[in-house]
Amino acid sequence: MTTRELLAEFRAGSKRACARLMSVVENEPDVAAAVLDELYPMMGRSFRIGITGPPGAGKSTLVEKLGRECRNRGKTVGIVAVDPTSPFSGGALLGDRVRMPSLFTDPGVFIRSMATRGGVGGLASRTKEVCDVLDAFGRDCIIIETVGVGQVELDIAGAAHSTVVVLVPESGDAIQIMKAGLMEIADLFCVNKSDREGADRLVMEIETMVGMKARTPNPECRTSEVGDRRLAVSDWVPLVVKTVATTGFGVSGLLDQLEAHRKHLEGSGAMTERRRESIRSEIVELTEEWLRRDLWRRPVTTGRLNELVEQVLDGSTTPYRAAEAISRDVLAAG
Amino acid sequence: MGKKLRVLVAKPGLDGHDRGAKVVARALRDAGFEVIYTGLHQTPEMIAEAALQEDVDVVGLSVLSGAHMTLFPETMRLLKEKGAADILVFGGGIIPREDMEELYKQGCGRLFGPGTPTADIVTYLKEKFPDRI
Repeated sequence: MTTRELLAEFRAGSKRACARLMSVVENEPDVAAAVLDELYPMMGRSFRIGITGPPGAGKSTLVEKLGRECRNRGKTVGIVAVDPTSPFSGGALLGDRVRMPSLFTDPGVFIRSMATRGGVGGLASRTKEVCDVLDAFGRDCIIIETVGVGQVELDIAGAAHSTVVVLVPESGDAIQIMKAGLMEIADLFCVNKSDREGADRLVMEIETMVGMKARTPNPECRTSEVGDRRLAVSDWVPLVVKTVATTGFGVSGLLDQLEAHRKHLEGSGAMTERRRESIRSEIVELTEEWLRRDLWRRPVTTGRLNELVEQVLDGSTTPYRAAEAISRDVLAAG
Repeated sequence: MGKKLRVLVAKPGLDGHDRGAKVVARALRDAGFEVIYTGLHQTPEMIAEAALQEDVDVVGLSVLSGAHMTLFPETMRLLKEKGAADILVFGGGIIPREDMEELYKQGCGRLFGPGTPTADIVTYLKEKFPDRI
């Protein structure tokens, strides 16, 4: 089937076409841009929820219950679940679906598993684009589940409108909670497995940490750097929600809070600001990607590269001057 | 970038013995494939729907319950009904020779019995999908 035929079937609501376009977006960078360009006018309607946290915290189970709760409230649901690619074999075992059987045959749910394939920020390199396809497919809520993360895999904060950091009672003491990174990207904290001992202590420690931040606003600091992304700092104070994902306890309350966060984003203008930031970083990324792909296909660079390698070898120039020379040539050639 | 082979590994029906399915899933992972493992007690409807959404090339079923003459054909029929007849269904389990022959006639991929070295399964899939990595 051609891409054009796939797009026509996609518009007619075919799940198969949707799944195949996701594969195109994941595997064929040259075609992907044309596909996403075509779908772009249909995007922008979905609410994207990010679920992140350490391995075994109960993210997948929580995603199932959250998906079910969204369905109970009449929303269609898309789920993108990411698991790691092996750096040794290139293979992956994508096991998030094991926790979501009740959603498999619901026509209002679409689940896609992704392997990270070189992505190191907790998502796959094409997760955002696969979510875009689901968005264009008309899903009201898109739930993105990251790989089990440590402290610095924070891509989800740029990919989701609301980020839930899922922890368990054993997640650590006050010092762990105060550390930078993961704990800073939460719009909501979820203490899962909260029927275990220590849940209330953890809730209190998170609330204390959140309270410290809320009392010391810094007007100079409108945006903060997270990796290479700038995230708008808002006056939203993250709440802590207790859940037991296996029984569904607390999940309805979690979704209430997510909806409250969405209202806050929309009401405060933060949603528009986030959108502006994410469009900006998307254009920057796409431009860099385009340039990188194009760069070494040009005769002006490939020819010059070999020449300059020899010149560095015989001592007549340095790699630094060589790189500058190539860059100047490229810019001059236009 | 070549397309990775995507495989769904599932256990349809009521038997609870998933060691075999897990061993195969792990071996396929180590062969460089992307394996979607869906776990125990799946209905053919769940498996076909998951295969469709995950856009897999192949579905591997593990059946030890004796219900293979129902579960394999039903999964293939549902895939066909959903416009995904091109997704290959293969599998393994305790399946008598004459049942295997009958399932092959219905278009089922290779069926592997107890004691199969996992390398045989990897080789089979690599030969079946030479353009995948």
